[in-house]
Amino acid sequence: MRYRMAAAMLSLFGFLVAVYLYLYKTGRILGLACGTGGCEKVQSSPWSTLLGQPVALYGVLGYLACLGCALVGIQVGGERRHWSDSMLLAGAAAGVAFSGWLTYAEAFLIEAWCRWCVGSAVIISLLLVVAFLNWRSLRPAA
Amino acid sequence: MKTFYVGLGGVALVGAGLIGVQMMKPATVSIPVDVAITVADTAGFQGYVLGSDTAPVTVIEFADYQCPICESFDAVQWPAVYGSLVATGKVRWVYRDFPLDQIHAHTRLASHAAACADDQGLFWQMKQKLYNYQPSWSFGSGQMDKFRDYVKAIGADVDAWQSCMESTKHAGRIQASLEIGNRIGVNSTPNFLIAGRLYPEFMSSDEMVKLVDSIIAARPKAAPAR
Repeated sequence: MRYRMAAAMLSLFGFLVAVYLYLYKTGRILGLACGTGGCEKVQSSPWSTLLGQPVALYGVLGYLACLGCALVGIQVGGERRHWSDSMLLAGAAAGVAFSGWLTYAEAFLIEAWCRWCVGSAVIISLLLVVAFLNWRSLRPAA
Repeated sequence: MKTFYVGLGGVALVGAGLIGVQMMKPATVSIPVDVAITVADTAGFQGYVLGSDTAPVTVIEFADYQCPICESFDAVQWPAVYGSLVATGKVRWVYRDFPLDQIHAHTRLASHAAACADDQGLFWQMKQKLYNYQPSWSFGSGQMDKFRDYVKAIGADVDAWQSCMESTKHAGRIQASLEIGNRIGVNSTPNFLIAGRLYPEFMSSDEMVKLVDSIIAARPKAAPAR
């Protein structure tokens, strides 16, 4: 149960970071608390949008889905795997892959670092670890 | 379980509150370095000029708003330099930005703040404010709030200045000045280009007055009108 709780908390942190970046990208927040200027450079780069939507929006939806899965798992409880545990693991893995691509873009294509994006990358990585430990600690679904 | 939900709700509330505060804040500005330099930034902008266009000597100062020696020059030497050389018509003074971004995180923002004040004819007043208050804005955060206070104090239109800052429209001229400085060999601040020769060291007002007077004295005098 504690892994599901940790996953819910991490998902909430990630969700808040993603909402913050999304609101900046869509002009509802006028400046990022960044300090280095790198956030603005990253957020104004071509890699900050995907399929016509801000990358942060995918983060908002992804973290929300992970939060939902973790909360469902908490409600269900028990020692057996629920579909939400597998979904949480799959979602976190997809998030790490997506975040890895964005971190690569920051390092080699944009050549600037946004501390909020790096923070989100750390959160999703921790979430994957927690989701894996949770999945492994449970007995297979009956 | 109840504790967990209270904690989760607390994090959500605090996070939403922080985001709400950010949404109500005015824009913070970051001045881009990798900006396209246009003709308006080079041929159209020759630096911030003070003094007579017919002055026999031109002095170009390359300076950085966060540089302590530049601040010292501005506070201690500049009044005498202005009085002895600029006000007397001997020197046409040109101020150019030479932001040392590697060591001064906010210098380019300060350069842009002065450039936006220049749009309202208040460059020299803003320059003086920036140097006078250098210790208070050089470190920590909230530079835009402080600069806004200075702009208000010099009597500028704060809304127009804010719009100018958010547009970052003078980023090109700042970068152009930096590149001009690099081309002629400026590698620290303040550096002075006096009558076409670079003096890459600090200069007191007395030394500068002597130097300018010697340059003027060495020039051939125009033949007296008959």
